[in-house]
Amino acid sequence: MKYLCLIYDEESLWQKMSPDEMGKVMGEYNAFGEDIKASGHFIGGNALQPTSSATTIRVRNGKTITSDGPFAETKEQLGGYYLIEAKDLNDALQVAGRIPGAKLGSVEVRPIMVFNS
Amino acid sequence: MTDASTRARELVESTYRSDSRRVLATLVRLLGDFDVAEEALHDAFAAALEQWPVDGVPANPRAWLVSAGRFRAIDHIRRRARFDARHAEIAAELESHVPISVHGGDDDEIPDDRLRLIFACCHPALAIEAQVALTLRTVGGLTTEEIARAFLVPAPTLAQRIVRAKNKIRDARIPYEIPGQAELPERIDAVLAVIYLIFNEGYSATFGDELTRADMCAESIRLARMLAELHEDSEVDGLLALMLLHDSRRAARIAGDGEPILLDDQDRTLWDQAKIREGITLTTRALASRRVGPYALQAAIAAVHAEARTAAETDWGEIVGLYDVLLRIHESPVVELNRAVAIAMRDGETRGLELIDSLMQHGELAGYYLAHSARGALLLRADRKDEAIISYKTARSLATQLQEQRFLDRRLAELGERSQRG
Repeated sequence: MKYLCLIYDEESLWQKMSPDEMGKVMGEYNAFGEDIKASGHFIGGNALQPTSSATTIRVRNGKTITSDGPFAETKEQLGGYYLIEAKDLNDALQVAGRIPGAKLGSVEVRPIMVFNS
Repeated sequence: MTDASTRARELVESTYRSDSRRVLATLVRLLGDFDVAEEALHDAFAAALEQWPVDGVPANPRAWLVSAGRFRAIDHIRRRARFDARHAEIAAELESHVPISVHGGDDDEIPDDRLRLIFACCHPALAIEAQVALTLRTVGGLTTEEIARAFLVPAPTLAQRIVRAKNKIRDARIPYEIPGQAELPERIDAVLAVIYLIFNEGYSATFGDELTRADMCAESIRLARMLAELHEDSEVDGLLALMLLHDSRRAARIAGDGEPILLDDQDRTLWDQAKIREGITLTTRALASRRVGPYALQAAIAAVHAEARTAAETDWGEIVGLYDVLLRIHESPVVELNRAVAIAMRDGETRGLELIDSLMQHGELAGYYLAHSARGALLLRADRKDEAIISYKTARSLATQLQEQRFLDRRLAELGERSQRG
């Protein structure tokens, strides 16, 4: 079963980090990535550029409305994700709990919906 | 109707009462879905009602029911397969998955099935209200209406809560499994928290009729007993002991007019000695283990009270010592307050009041009605009536529950003071 792990944290934390601290966190992310590739959990994952680069688009009555910024202003922002394969929720939570972002912010674990054709 | 068929019918009914939860737990494991398992359970008992009076009662009723429920469920799914090819695969998969428990043998139930079910119902990924509702419904076998009445929630709201929880178990794939050693202590704690919450709703809540509340206490004790049977753990013993020791005072703690009676003023001859004996045995066992946790320590404190024939005989030195240990593993302002009261009882009011005052200066206790109420009681013991009245009035302004307010009004009335209605 597939789960999407959405990593939320405060962007300002990253902006305030020293190069050393940043290097340490990136090192943790790399180690984690290698780890879940080896265990077979990894399907995909990416870090996202900050919300200052985000654009939100809506179509209403055929009219396109484009606005600057993320869908909602929140204290923590979506900063990256992993798509993983896990046996069940416990397995997925065990993986998600090891994402370095879980210590800095929080990780939301969502099962991927499967449509039967 | 013949005698034999009447007896068979009665046996179906008594088997339902005694074993339906076990059969359900096994069916949930075999079929992997709550709703399918519940349907299968009802089908199995319906089949028993038809067949047992005619064919006789099977040698192993529970195994028969599991087997009948499983075959009926597979049959249902296969019939649906005519419209949807996906169901054919599911039916084939379920059929190939041959359960050990169905194939006879003396051991017709895997006790772990119920444990698996408890861990699924008390999974931390579910909201705590959902855990409570689902546990009472699925493991406890209470009806939605009974649970709704006990928690003062409209039945449709509660039913929806249960449906949502079941859907999440299915959609997010919360497994029916006993957690591994690494997660076990944490997950056991989550189960114990649910059971204790159910007990406290029954024991100290101010709503619901006395009967429903007693039911909730009995149910939580039954769940803890079952958990203790299935899984050896000192905190499970500790919680069971704690609940038994509290519940032993049931008959003594409420006056005829519904007002609560304080521990000191209770008629101790009304305490249930059988529950006390069992509670003390369990406490002793829990304290002897390597993992002594907060439940075992609270049970030990309750046991010291239970052992005192009169309030004056209470061994407050022992209680202070237990609170010291409890504070080291479970720091909480409420435990600090209780410890201060125990010290007051051991060393005198002056020492206790000093402690309470310093606790109130830095911490959350200043806004807690019981801290002021306890302070009032100690001031009264020290013959400082005027100050006691001020403390009780502060307590009264902070109390939110009707029974607490009535208790404090009565205290203030005894002291010749009219309370401020707040």
